Formats: sequence, structure tokens, C-alpha cells
Amino acid sequence: MQLTQRHREYWRKNLRLTGMLLAIWFVATFVVGWFARDLQSITILGFPLSFFMAAQGALLIYVILIGYYAWRMERLDREYDVQEGER
Amino acid sequence: MAAPGQSRFVAQLKRYYALYTGGFIGFVVLLSIFEQMGMPNKMLGYIFLGATVLLYAGIGILSRTSDVAEYYVAGRRVPAFFNGMAVGADWMSAASFIGLAGTLYLSGYDGLAFVLGWTGGFVLVALLLAPYLRKFGQYTIPDFLGARYGGRIPRTIGVFAAILCSFTYVIAQIYGVGLITSRFTGLDFGTGVFVGLGSILVCSFLGGMRAVTWTQVAQYVILIVAYMIPVIWLSVKHTGNPVPQVAYGYVLQKVTAREQALNDPATPDGAREAEVRSILKQREKTTEDQLQALEAGGAAYLAEEKGRLVKAAAELKGKRDADPKAIAAADKAVAEFPADVDAARKAWRAAAETDRVKAAPIAAHAEPFAGPDPATRDKKRKNFLALVLCLMVGTAALPHILMRFYTTPTVREARQSVFWALFFISLLYITAPALAVLAKYDVYTLLVGSSFSELPSWVSAWASVDKSLMSVTDINHDGIVQLAEVNIGGDLIVLATPEIAGLPYVVTALVAAGGLAAALSTADGLMLTISNSLSHDVYYKMIDPKAPTGRRLFIAKALLLAVAVFAAYITSLKPGHILFLVGAAFSLAASAFFPALALGVFWKRANKAGAVLGMIGGLAVCMYYMYMTYPFFGVNAPLWWDISPIASGMFGMLAGFVGVIVGSLLTAAPGKEMQELVDHVRYPYLESDGKDRPV
Repeated sequence: MQLTQRHREYWRKNLRLTGMLLAIWFVATFVVGWFARDLQSITILGFPLSFFMAAQGALLIYVILIGYYAWRMERLDREYDVQEGER
Repeated sequence: MAAPGQSRFVAQLKRYYALYTGGFIGFVVLLSIFEQMGMPNKMLGYIFLGATVLLYAGIGILSRTSDVAEYYVAGRRVPAFFNGMAVGADWMSAASFIGLAGTLYLSGYDGLAFVLGWTGGFVLVALLLAPYLRKFGQYTIPDFLGARYGGRIPRTIGVFAAILCSFTYVIAQIYGVGLITSRFTGLDFGTGVFVGLGSILVCSFLGGMRAVTWTQVAQYVILIVAYMIPVIWLSVKHTGNPVPQVAYGYVLQKVTAREQALNDPATPDGAREAEVRSILKQREKTTEDQLQALEAGGAAYLAEEKGRLVKAAAELKGKRDADPKAIAAADKAVAEFPADVDAARKAWRAAAETDRVKAAPIAAHAEPFAGPDPATRDKKRKNFLALVLCLMVGTAALPHILMRFYTTPTVREARQSVFWALFFISLLYITAPALAVLAKYDVYTLLVGSSFSELPSWVSAWASVDKSLMSVTDINHDGIVQLAEVNIGGDLIVLATPEIAGLPYVVTALVAAGGLAAALSTADGLMLTISNSLSHDVYYKMIDPKAPTGRRLFIAKALLLAVAVFAAYITSLKPGHILFLVGAAFSLAASAFFPALALGVFWKRANKAGAVLGMIGGLAVCMYYMYMTYPFFGVNAPLWWDISPIASGMFGMLAGFVGVIVGSLLTAAPGKEMQELVDHVRYPYLESDGKDRPV
């Protein structure tokens, strides 16, 4: 089937969203991990920041990223009329 | 499926599982009353394991099916919330449940690579794969490869890789099943394996994916309750706060302060630690000297040493007032003396290494990449990040996990179910580091400094069960426990937490049931993946595409049985190391699947030649590096860029991406049909999909 301009725009928006969320994922995991030794001296809730990020912070960020993606994409589906039927 | 049908189904599910959870808690309370009334521990263990296994079998029987869609993808009507729980149980294996907290206890910050890797991978699943695989909507992962790239070769490689990594992983799970059943029931390891296997089979054999899904939801409830109760109790004991995840930051500070005190010879505790360490260093040096003499003198030296021990024992027995304990020790030294040069070299090297590690100062729990010099620290950092990446990409490529996203009713629910999956998984993964710190606090403050005549009861109990999990020896003979005199095996942390926290035995039995649930649920998912690859991809798609439904399911079930027996047989031979098997499974999956799957959705230009090249190249590089560097295989070639073998997927993944890209660009672009398939999976609904879309 020939895709319309709207379809292409939907996919571009999806790619932009995916890229943005992956960038946050990358920073929360690898950039924070790379500088872990430098972040030790900052304390949050009694934890050194680097330990907190790897043990809890990053996990919370992952959950939020996935939740936001599901919510945002559902709205995008409707906006571009590519959503599935109601069950 | 009509609208009211599904919502009634969801309401029904919620009611069933709410009842079930209540019933389970009631069961635990009932057993704890029995315990108070004097029921023996062994009996409690039997009842607990027996009842949960019967429950799984019961769900299996209730969900039996002879419908293809039900058998392979649970009828595609698993709601997001419940699919999330099922993914959680499918995902969390014996290694997560029992091993993770122990790894964190032993390696502190550096162990968090597993926490990050095993959760962050779901971001990749959610953003890059789950919704698209759901839209594609077939039965297996090789199905997608076969359809997207065309022809038999991509599917065949997919089948091979799916079986390879699932089989490696399932061995580790069955191993865990055998370990838990044998530890808590007294059956021997081999019997434990087959008993556990029986319950895996009843479930998946009768109802395939449908039975596995509903059992996994039940197993998730048991495993999370079993994990949480002891940790919450321990947290109340040490902090007065029932939310361990919040409370342990301050406990961590106390642990850090205690580490510094124990490492400082100026404090009384530190001085005693230093004394023990110097004895250990001396002992290590003696062993090193023995090793050198052994290399010089060979068998003659060994015979001479043994002669000395025999003589000493004889002399001791000759004395009239000899201490019987000393005689026993001398006899033991003779009996345990290595038989030949190779055995002596191995035993003494291991002893020297143990002493060397124990003689070193305590590593700080919260310090990332600890090391004496920048080069060591850099190497640790590199390996930490490489391992995280490997585990993440492996997560997003293990077929038994990806397969679960075929089972939701819609693309939208597939996206939501990744959210629920990670939510349920994170509950355990956020708790494990808390457990490690709380247990460490207990050991550092209550065990260290206590007297050998009054050890905490859990210490003596576990030391008498298994020396490799727990042992304390009074090395400097001062009657007081020093940290350097304590040896703890990682698996102890989860298994002994109920006793550390001072909970009744029924909670220990609950933890065992939780560990069993974790191992069984993962094993279920893996076995189904293997047998489905064989029955659906090999038999139905390649050998006999006209096979009637009845025969397809018969073949699927027969293969499941064969795979299960074969896996149990391999496990009973006890091959290798659990952590290695798990690490290998992730690296293999990451190298073989991820590049071809992700590029298959996001890059229309990817074609058959690229996929074939990428998958074979990725697998080959990964397997080659493992073979060359993992000590198990005995080649021990130099490492590439210091990356340790557990992260060999790094290189495999890279080779996989390069392979797909280069192979695709060198050959013609895929045809119009393929391009349309890609469009089809990218949009939750297109007019060309043809199905009615009620508004």
C-alpha cells in the first residue's frame, strides 16, 4: 500500500521520540556509569549518587521511559489515525 | 474477539488472581500456625514445595488445549498487566532470585552491572522490538526473520541460535531446580532435577503457552512475596522502617563507616583484623614456598612432605597424653594430602589464592571500580560498562522473552505490557541491593566481634549444612570473630535472610518455594521456546507445511518431552558454572538476534544477504571469543582490549551490525513485498491490513 504524507510524518515522529528516549537511557546508564567515581562524593538520601543511580535511579528512569513511550504512542496513533480498533 | 468478551475475561482474571493471592497468604499463615504447634521443619518444607508444585500442575491441567493459537501464543488475549507479570516470572530466573543479592554482597557497586543490565534491556525491548513484533503477529522469533528476510536460511539460523541460547540458559535453570529441591527435601541432586522437571512438563505439555502464561502469573506472586517478606523484616529490625529501598541508604553509610574502622589498625577491631590478615599472609607465603619446592622437587618432594605428616601423626599417637583433637587433625591432614603433583599444584594454588584474597583490606561496598592504580580502575570500568551493554542487548534478544509479546491482544497492549513487565521486575531488582547491604550490616556489626562460643544461631546452623556457604574459623585463636575469619558463599544471602532476620522456619520454606518458582517459570518459557522452534519452524514451516493441526501439536508435545529429558540429562552431568552459562546465553542472543531484528524494523534496506552475514558473523565471533578466553575451555588466549569473556557479546554484536549493514549494501535492495511488510509492522493499523476497525 502507498503510504500517505501523514503516515510518513507519524513514523518520523515515532523515530524522533524513540531517539530521544534512547538518548536519556544512554546518559542514565553509560554516561553516569563512566563518571561513577566522580559522582561518589555527592550524597542523596544517604547514598553516594553513583551507587543510588545504579541501584535505583536508573531503574526508575527506565520504568518512566517505557511508561511515557506507551502513553505518548497511544496518543500519536490516534492523532494520525493508525490506532487499532477498540476491543 | 468482541469487546465485552475481553473485558469480562479481564475482570474474571483479576478476581481469580486476587482470590489466589489471598489464598496463598492464608496458606502461609496456616502453616506458620502449624509450625507453632510443633510441626517439624522438614515436613513444612515438603508441604510447601509439594503444594506449590501441585498448584502449577493444576493450572497446567485446567489450561490444557488443542488449539494452535492457544498452544503457541495463549490465544493472543493476555491483558497487558498479566502479560507483564508473566514476563516478570519468565525473566527472573534462579540466578536473579538466589544469586543476585549474593553477587551484590560480594562485589558491591561492581555487581550492580547485573541490576542495570537486566532492567535497562527492557527499554530496548519497548522502543525497538515489542510493538513491531506484536503487529507482525506470528508465533516465533524465527518466524519474523523468515518473513522479513525471506527464504529458509535466515529462519534456519534463527532456529539454531534460538535453540543454542535457550538451551544454554535452561541448563542453568534446571540446575537451580535440582539445587533447591535437593537442599530443602533431602532428595539427591539427580532426583531433584527430575522431580522439578516433572512439574515443568505437566504445565507446558498440556497447555503450551496458555498454561505457561497463567502458571507464570501465579509463580510471580509467590516469588515476589517470598523475596519481600524477609527483606522488609530485616529492614524493620535494623532501621525501624518497613521500606527497605528507602531505608538502606543510611545503613549503607554505617556499613561504610564500619569498613573504614575494620581497615584501620589504630582501632581495636581493626587491630584484630590486621592480626588475622598477617597470619593469612604468612600462610599464603608458606603455601607459595611449598609450590616452588614442588615445581623444583616434583613427586619426590611430595612424597617427602607426606612422609613428614605421617611421621608427625604417628609421633602424636605415641604420646600418652596426646589431645584426641590434635590426633584427628593430624590424621585428617594425612588423609587430605594431595595424591599427585597435579592435584597438589591445584589445591595449593587455590589455598594460596583464598588466603591472598582474605588477607587484603575490605573493599568499600559503595565504591565503583575500586583498584590500587588508575589502570586497574579503568579496566574495571570498561568491563562494567561492556557487561551492562551485553546484558541489556541480550535481554532485548532472548527469544523466550520476545515471544511473550506475541500474546497480547493489541500493539497498544504490547507497549503497555513492557511497562508492567519492567515495573514488576524492578520490584525485585530494587530490593536486591538493599538486601545485600542489610545482610552486610548484620555480618559486620553483629557477627564480627561476637564470641566463638556464642555465634548467632543462623551462622552455626548454615555452617553445619554447607561449608562452602558459611564457615568461620578462629585463625588467631582469640575466641572472637573477625571479618577475615568469615567465609560466605553468595547464595547464602537470600537463603539465610529469614534466619538472619529471626523469622520462623515457614518463611525459609517460603523462600525456597520462591526460588523454585523463579527457576521453574524461566525453565518453562525456555523449553517452550526450544520445542516451538523445532515443531513450528522446522517441522511445520520447513518439512511439512500441510501438516494438520492435530499432528502439529502432537509433534510439538513430543519434542517438548524429548528436549526436557535431554536437558535434564545434560544437567545431571553438572556441566560448568551457572553464571557462565547465563552470561553465555545473553552474549549469544545479543550477537545472533539483536542486529537482524532491530535493523529489520528500522532499516528497510536490510536484506537477506545482510541478515545471513550478520547473524552468522555475530554468532561466530561471539563463540570464538568465548572459546578462546573462557578458562573452562582451557585455551586462555590473550583478551581483546581487556574485555572479560562474560561480555564476549560486545564483539559479537558489533560483528552482527557490521555484517547486516555491509551484506545488505553489497547486494540488491529487498523487493517491494518486503518493504510493504516493514510498513505493515511499523503502523499499528493500515488500511491494507484489511481487518475491520470498529471505531
